[in-house]
Amino acid sequence: MLIKKGAEANLYLEEWHNRKVIMKRRLSKKYRIPELDEKIRSQRTIYEPQVIHKAKEAGVPTPTIFMVDVAEANIIMEFVEGKQVKQVLNDLPPQERLRLSRHIGGLIGRLHKHGIIHGDLTTSNMILTPYGKIVFVDFGLSERSAELENRGVDLHLMKRAFQSTHYKYAKECFEAVIEGYVEVVGEEEAKNVLEKIREIERRGRYVSER
Amino acid sequence: MYCLGIESTADDFGVAILSFDGRVLSNANSAYMPEKGGIHPREAARHHAEVAGKVLAEAFERAGIKPQDVSIVAFSQGPGLGPCLRTGATAARALASYLRVPLVGVNHCVAHIEIGKLVTGAVDPVTLYVSGGNTIISAFEAGRYRVFGETLDIAIGNCLDVFAREAGMSQRKGAPFGAMVEELASRSKTFVPLPYTVKGMDLSFSGLLTAAVQILHERKHSLEDLCFSLQEVAFSMLTEVTERALAHTEKLEVLLTGGVAANKRLQSMLNVIAEEHNARFCVVPKEYALDNGAMIAWTGILAYKSKITLPVEKSFVKLKWRLDEVYAPWVEG
Ligand SMILES: Nc1ncnc2c1ncn2[C@@H]1O[C@H](COP(=O)(O)OP(=O)(O)O)[C@@H](O)[C@H]1O
Ligand SMILES: [Mg+2]
Repeated sequence: MLIKKGAEANLYLEEWHNRKVIMKRRLSKKYRIPELDEKIRSQRTIYEPQVIHKAKEAGVPTPTIFMVDVAEANIIMEFVEGKQVKQVLNDLPPQERLRLSRHIGGLIGRLHKHGIIHGDLTTSNMILTPYGKIVFVDFGLSERSAELENRGVDLHLMKRAFQSTHYKYAKECFEAVIEGYVEVVGEEEAKNVLEKIREIERRGRYVSER
Repeated sequence: MYCLGIESTADDFGVAILSFDGRVLSNANSAYMPEKGGIHPREAARHHAEVAGKVLAEAFERAGIKPQDVSIVAFSQGPGLGPCLRTGATAARALASYLRVPLVGVNHCVAHIEIGKLVTGAVDPVTLYVSGGNTIISAFEAGRYRVFGETLDIAIGNCLDVFAREAGMSQRKGAPFGAMVEELASRSKTFVPLPYTVKGMDLSFSGLLTAAVQILHERKHSLEDLCFSLQEVAFSMLTEVTERALAHTEKLEVLLTGGVAANKRLQSMLNVIAEEHNARFCVVPKEYALDNGAMIAWTGILAYKSKITLPVEKSFVKLKWRLDEVYAPWVEG
């Protein structure tokens, strides 16, 4: 059953060996030439499970991968029960919203500490389970990198996701994310990344001071 | 009632007159052509100052109205190149004080979207604005045009221009670099792999440009093949992030504007994703997709109708004025 028509993949909820699973299938895109299309789909299909596994080692909850089919650009993974953080964040009580944001910041900190760049940090790529756990999904644009630039861009994307979808709480949520992040990576590292974010925002047409 | 709009953020100096109900009475323009290399801000500004009188006169003549008939003066207040912006702002201030009419400061990026909506009939689109200085994916959400994605380094138009210059092409009036790259690309179907960089909904073109230029100088592939591959990679990146924004916002229109909007290959790619998401695809015609006075005048009218004006003493230019800083109460939603 198709449950989500994402921008780059279709997600199906299926029964597989008596398990509820998600089938993430990267569809061929008609707008791009076959050479490029195949390269992008197979690269991301190979990469996503690898990084999902690395994220687990870093202590960040991610879905269990059951099967990878590169030729079909298909990944079968655990179905994570819960709601997208995007759907719940705005309606949470203020204290709870900040606590959740700090928690997210801590998870991002763990990824970065282990040289993992998520590449698409938005609140729709985080699932809040009924037990209060946060599971990160969608590592299709991830990179293994310890570069400051990449960590800066990653957090900058998170900040912008708050600004475009949770504009009312963008500032406090992002500040809470940074609090959680500092706790994991330490003051010194966090300071460097924050400075990097400011630099990225000053670049070209970016300026965040109002 | 009429609004006179002045555009002068970069290499174009434009003056247009629009009626308050959205009729374009005139849309005059003079473009600065650098001898070689990119835009030199001071030279461009000197050009604007030199042609200002002539372009203004032309706008009035074609519109068939007298200066006294103008009810408001709008100008591009940013973002853009300092010297160019200041030249336009000076002309606008002088005109508004002389005519004793209100002054309205307009954001250049907002103006591109608003004129695009006016001329294509789009109401609430996801906009891809691609030009020499900007690469922005935006949609309206709660009072503002939100930025969903943008370039992390250089603009796509700039990427194509620099590549063309590196390949020894030279630009003529009516034949911009982008059009030359498009023409060469249409003669090839051989794909040379180049780096594809998408980060969330943001893009990076500098690695792509560096790789393309390097391969060009190795002379192992024809210029046609490289133009083809550069376009395929760059435009696939743009289309991917636009599709993400479309899926995310669930809007029902895609608006393509800016100088690079003229590219037929980019148009066809966006058309494919629009169709897949049951959205209407709208391309802004060149006259209104390139920098122009009409977009400034029209946005000035919209702002003025929402009681937004700018006292002369506060009319300083804003070089890095972001699209999402502008409160846009005239938009429904
Ligand atoms: N394993 C999973 N279990 C439950 N829901 C998931 C799972 N993986 C993804 N989702 C949901 O589906 C949505 C789209 O999947 P995602 O992997 O992010 O694809 P896309 O690359 O198209 O965004 C996610 O935002 C998330 O809400
Ligand atoms: Mg996703």
